[in-house]
Amino acid sequence: MRRRTVFAALGAAASASALAACGSNETPSAAPSKDKGNGKLVIWADTKRTAVLKKYADQFGKDNGITVEVKEVAENLQTVFVTASQQGSGPDVVVGAHDWIGNLVQNGAIDPVQLSAAQKSAFAAAAIKAVSFNGQTYGAPYALENIALVRNTDLAPAVPASVEELVKAGQDLKKAGKASEILLCQAGAQGDAYHIYPLYSSAGGSMFGLTSAGDPDPKNVTVNSAESIAAFAKLKDLGEKGAGALKTSIAAENVVATFTSKKSAFFITGAWNIADIKKAGIKYEITPVPAFAGGKPAQPFLGVQAFFVAAKGKSKALAQEFVANYVTNKEVAMALYDADPRPPALLAAIDEAKAKDPDVAKWLDAGKDGLPMPAIPEMAAIWGPFGNAEVAVIKGNDPKTAADAAAKAINDAITKK
Amino acid sequence: MTTPATSGGTTSAGSDRSPRSGVPRQPGRRDPGRALGAARFSRETTTGFLIGRVIALGLVGAIDLFMVPPLIAGGHWAGLAILVVVSVAVAFLYLTTRLIPYKYLIPGTIFLIAFQVLPILYTLTTAFTNFGDAHRGSKEEAVVAIQTSSLQQVANAPEYALSPALKDGKLVFLLVTTNDAGEKRVQAGTEDGLADVPDASVGLTGRINDAPGYTVLTPAEAAGRAEQIGALAVPTDQGAIKSSGLSRAVELKATKLYDPGCDCVTDVDSGTKYTADETQGYFVSPSGEHLAQGWQVSVGLHNYARLFTDPSISGPFLGSFVWNFAFALLSVFCSFALGLACALILHSPRVRGTKFYRTLLILPYAMPSFAMLLVWRDMFNTDFGLVNRLFGLHLDWLGQPWTARMTLILINMWMGFPYMFLVATGALQAIPRELTEASSIDGASPWQGFRRVTLPLLLVALSPLLISSFAYNFNNFNAIQFVTRGGPYPPDNVSSGATDILITYTYRLAFGGGGAQFGFAAAISTIIFAIVATMSILVFRRTRALEEVYK
Repeated sequence: MRRRTVFAALGAAASASALAACGSNETPSAAPSKDKGNGKLVIWADTKRTAVLKKYADQFGKDNGITVEVKEVAENLQTVFVTASQQGSGPDVVVGAHDWIGNLVQNGAIDPVQLSAAQKSAFAAAAIKAVSFNGQTYGAPYALENIALVRNTDLAPAVPASVEELVKAGQDLKKAGKASEILLCQAGAQGDAYHIYPLYSSAGGSMFGLTSAGDPDPKNVTVNSAESIAAFAKLKDLGEKGAGALKTSIAAENVVATFTSKKSAFFITGAWNIADIKKAGIKYEITPVPAFAGGKPAQPFLGVQAFFVAAKGKSKALAQEFVANYVTNKEVAMALYDADPRPPALLAAIDEAKAKDPDVAKWLDAGKDGLPMPAIPEMAAIWGPFGNAEVAVIKGNDPKTAADAAAKAINDAITKK
Repeated sequence: MTTPATSGGTTSAGSDRSPRSGVPRQPGRRDPGRALGAARFSRETTTGFLIGRVIALGLVGAIDLFMVPPLIAGGHWAGLAILVVVSVAVAFLYLTTRLIPYKYLIPGTIFLIAFQVLPILYTLTTAFTNFGDAHRGSKEEAVVAIQTSSLQQVANAPEYALSPALKDGKLVFLLVTTNDAGEKRVQAGTEDGLADVPDASVGLTGRINDAPGYTVLTPAEAAGRAEQIGALAVPTDQGAIKSSGLSRAVELKATKLYDPGCDCVTDVDSGTKYTADETQGYFVSPSGEHLAQGWQVSVGLHNYARLFTDPSISGPFLGSFVWNFAFALLSVFCSFALGLACALILHSPRVRGTKFYRTLLILPYAMPSFAMLLVWRDMFNTDFGLVNRLFGLHLDWLGQPWTARMTLILINMWMGFPYMFLVATGALQAIPRELTEASSIDGASPWQGFRRVTLPLLLVALSPLLISSFAYNFNNFNAIQFVTRGGPYPPDNVSSGATDILITYTYRLAFGGGGAQFGFAAAISTIIFAIVATMSILVFRRTRALEEVYK
């Protein structure tokens, strides 16, 4: 397989250099060859999306007289895709999260998608921003996701205006014996940077500084800046030795069960857990994660699910057609929404989804000031050390020590690559 | 801790010795070797054996044939040659009546080479490269990726609706643009540039219905020529028009260009030159910035040097090593002690319902270990875990170094004792009861009988298994990763935790923050392999001495 990949790459190189040569009026030499894909498009997606994609992919196949194969990759889709793509056995299109982009690009695994200005303006601005990397658009977004505060309205009828109010309400419920936990914000023994980020950012913390272009700057890790240390101190006050709202025992594997068994009134989570909450018959309300009194707004991370064109696919033109011109239409977006209710990225589909389900508007409202999750490959260095620092302060350790240690580990990982 | 035999290279030395050192010979027993030999002589005439041989060879042939088309398609001629030679050799070997020793040697040798020698060689060679994220492919691939991802739409260029067509058998782009007044203009784009097509009829969506002199391709025909359509570039003043899918085209220009002359990539907009650096596998600018896409290069001993010279790596290495050693040793010791105790109890002729108890004891062994590890982790949760609730405690078991370590050994003991129970039961049944009876007649207490007679005989049989079990637990990644992930971490050093063993610690180094670094991971693997191999050899030396004594 490897030899074939090299030939394909050289072909692509020829056309790229042909493009480059065009300015100087040389005759470009795009060597036509027979279609290696034989009119077949291969799409890889995770378990949830495979079934619904199949239907629309078949339609696309019929319209274009080709066969479309949708393959389910149940685990580690990103890693499997990168490895397979390098061996030349990868798909033409892959469905994944936008924060993969940095890694996929550095491995030369995906190609840019040339969306027209009109196509771009049909999407939520944040979604297009999220799939942009180094000034290039790398995918067609289809769903947005962010976390919010889900509240059990039987236990807590009023929207807490601040973190302090939330903690107070939670403590009162605990004292009254109506709940056993103040707040469900999953941390676990390893910490969870994604779920703590709204509170951390409201307390003034940040992860990276910004480059002049406004992108996160991996050379400027701000996890131990004065503001961030102050933020960790605030998390410590909420932690096990403080208010008891943040606990390492609260983890991914028990948050949903704890909320659905009405042991806590407040749950910081995303749309993916709503189905379970509905099934348990909990009366709930979705509101933005509150900020600390007098603090900055609580900014959740914004995630975008997108379609990518594989750089080493065998039917690239078909893949481009599918991603740039087909999945950008409303019906596909709505079908994917029905399969997995995360707010769609297409504005027209957002309106329709809002009409179908009032929660959609609430999720979007909670995420409207969200920070698109940095897609830079260096983001991988954040999760572990940041989570460990989070755990350290939740357990009541010194914020500065924890933040410094995290910053050192993050910088080590980034620079020693 | 499950079957040590499945743990790969480090344990193979353990399992292949057990038949020889295993069961002490009994005078009255049938010698299995002789039985086999007798069967061999009578075999040549049995039709059943012949059919079996034909079926087995047919299966091997079928599998080999199955592998041929992909090998040819991929152009792996060396692989194909090896496949053919091996298949022919195997077929010849089992169809001839001669070369009998090789019939027993060859299958094992083939599997040894395929599953042990080749992976080890591959790991060793990888250890000298920077293979990993951003360094997976060749330089050519990196150049292609850099140039492709630098293609930008030319500012203010029109949007083209694309209808691929043929003229004299050659692919042509029929491009429709609409101006502000809504008038449509049709142009034909070829490798030579754009030319107006005056009399084309344009459909509502911008597709060409008909153009004199051109054969417009149907979507299906276009899809069949997708590759050609993707490759065609229509030159313009600023760049080129390329298809974006099959129904739309855009004018693009490359903003990064590779020049083989200087072996560098130039950013057209800023003028920055990124020169190829073959030691790093990156294009690097004078200010030290590098482009995202890199390629695989040889880095010599760099990966090993990094292991030993980087204080943030070598520092925690020793601490992890001590705990790693203790963890493996205690896991084996505890699970062996418990397994042996259970086996001894059930071995006693006075116990009834042994079958029932044996089934019960083997149950943990039958459950998927990773699921059980997660269940155990949740049982030790401070607020929601079964353990704290049962005992009315509020202990953060996995959150403090010593309790976390203790918990891990406890869990691993539970995971491992059924295996020990099984092998100990087997070995006990092979020890003749006359020996213990004889010792008790000589006046030995039951404890003395066990200590002086049963245990030594058991150890002769089981010590290879214990060693392989130790080697397995030394690298028991799952037990640590699923339960604590190396934690708890001291607040002042978040890179190495209290329960980190070498493999979890280095896994995080190689696949954590810096993305996947296979080269580095391979270097670490070889070091761990060397450590485990050394220890195994040392212990084997000792057991061999033991064996001589009891022969």
